[in-house]
Amino acid sequence: MPAESGSTRRPETGAFFQRDRTWHPPALTPNYKTSVLRSPQKAPLSFDNTLSEIAGPVFGHAMLGELDADLIHNFARPGESALGERILVYGRVLDERGVGVPGALLEFWQANAGGRYRHKRDGYLAPLDPNFGGCGRTITGEDGFYAFRTVKPGPYPWPNGPNDWRPSHIHFSVFGHGFAQRLITQMYFEGDPLIWHCPIVRGIPDKAAIETLIATLDMQATIPFDARAYKFDIVLRGRRASRFENRLEGN
Amino acid sequence: MAQSLDRLRESPSQTAGPYVHIGLTPNFGGIGCVYPTDLGATMVNDKTKGERIGLRIRVLDGTGTPLKDALIEIWQADADGLYNSPAEPRGTADPNFFGWGRCPTDMDTGLCAFETIKPGRVPFNDGRLMAPHITLWIVARGINLGLHTRLYFSDEEKANAEDPILARVEHRLRVPTLIAERQGDMYVFDVHLQGEKETVFFDS
Ligand SMILES: [Fe+3]
Repeated sequence: MPAESGSTRRPETGAFFQRDRTWHPPALTPNYKTSVLRSPQKAPLSFDNTLSEIAGPVFGHAMLGELDADLIHNFARPGESALGERILVYGRVLDERGVGVPGALLEFWQANAGGRYRHKRDGYLAPLDPNFGGCGRTITGEDGFYAFRTVKPGPYPWPNGPNDWRPSHIHFSVFGHGFAQRLITQMYFEGDPLIWHCPIVRGIPDKAAIETLIATLDMQATIPFDARAYKFDIVLRGRRASRFENRLEGN
Repeated sequence: MAQSLDRLRESPSQTAGPYVHIGLTPNFGGIGCVYPTDLGATMVNDKTKGERIGLRIRVLDGTGTPLKDALIEIWQADADGLYNSPAEPRGTADPNFFGWGRCPTDMDTGLCAFETIKPGRVPFNDGRLMAPHITLWIVARGINLGLHTRLYFSDEEKANAEDPILARVEHRLRVPTLIAERQGDMYVFDVHLQGEKETVFFDS
C-alpha cells in the first residue's frame, strides 16, 4: 500500500521526453519468431503525456525482505547457498538528464548457473539448483544507486532457430516516478560472444544501443575471496519542466 | 560541432520473455517462499471508496489465440479521480487505494482478472475532463517493448464522446478497441495485438 517515497526531493510533475522508438527494438523482429504474430502493425496513437502517464505508483522500502537483494541466499536452505560464480551487480538508475532516480523499484530474474530457470515451462536438461530460486528485488537509494548479489546465470538454448542460444543475462523490470517510464530490459555480461549471435539482442538496430545493455566487469568493486562485481546503469525517460509549476526543474 | 546537450539515452527495451513470472509474480509461478505475496495481486480492501468492478482481460495474437504467457499491469485513479502518486498535484488520493495492479494471464485460459474500483475522471492537460479510464501496460514473450493502451467503459457513453484522447483516434472504427463491455458488474476487454481489430496502442 502507499508508502514513503524514496526521496525528500520535491516531486516532479512534468511530462516525459518523447521516447525515441528507433533506439528500441521495433515490434516486428522476424528473426525473433514469436514477435511475428505478437507485433502491432498499425501506427501508435501519439499524444503528450497526461496525468495518467505522468503519475505512477511509489513503492516503499518497507515492503522489502532482508534477503530480497541476495539471490545466493533468498531461496537457499539455511546454511546453504546457490551454486555458481558469485557476483555483485551494482549501478545507478538515472534519467535521460543524467539525474539519479531515487525510490525506483527494480525486480530481477534469471536462470541458474547452468542456464536453467525454475519455471514449469523450462525443460532444458541442465539441472535445477535446489538452493536457487532466481528472483530478487530492491529499491534505489537517494542517488539512484542499487546493488544485489547473485550467481552468474548460464547461457541456454531456446526454440527459435535450430540452434539459438541466449547469452548469459539478467532480466530487469524498472519503475521510475511516472508510469510512462515503465521499462523491462535485460543485462548482458562484458565479453560474452553469444551477445552478438542472439536474435533478441539483435532486434535492437543500433550497436551503440546494445552496448548500453552490457555490464562492465569492475575489479575495484569485487569483494576479495567472495564475489566479482559488474556495473550496470539503467536510464529511464527524462522529464520536462513541469506544466503545473512555472519554473524550470533541472533541464 | 556545437555543444553537447549531455543527455543520456533511455536503456533499450528487451522482451520480458517466457519466464516473466519468476521475477514479477513468483508465487503464481511456483516460487512460493521468497516474497510473502505477489506485488499488485490485491487492489482493494474493505475501506476502499468507490464502485467495485471486475475486469476480465485477454490478449490475442494475430491468429486470435489468447496469450497464455503475458503479464498485464494496470494503473488508475481512485473513485474521485485522484492518483495515489507524488506527481498528483490536486490533492491526496484514497489511502486505501494504491491504484496499481499486476496480473499474469492464466496459463490455461489466457484470462486476466482484476478486482478494482471504477476510477473517477481525471483532467486532460487543458483542464477538460477525460472519461474514466484505466491505463494498461502489457508485456510477454515476443513483445519487444511493453505495450501501452487504455481501457474505457462501455457505460460511460457521454464521457467517452467528449474524451480528448478518444477524439484523437483518426479511424473512428477503431475507437471501440479501447472500450470494455459491461456484463453485470464485470467489464470484458480483449486486446488484439494484430489484425482487423488491432487495439489502438499509445506512444505517449
Ligand atoms: Fe531469459
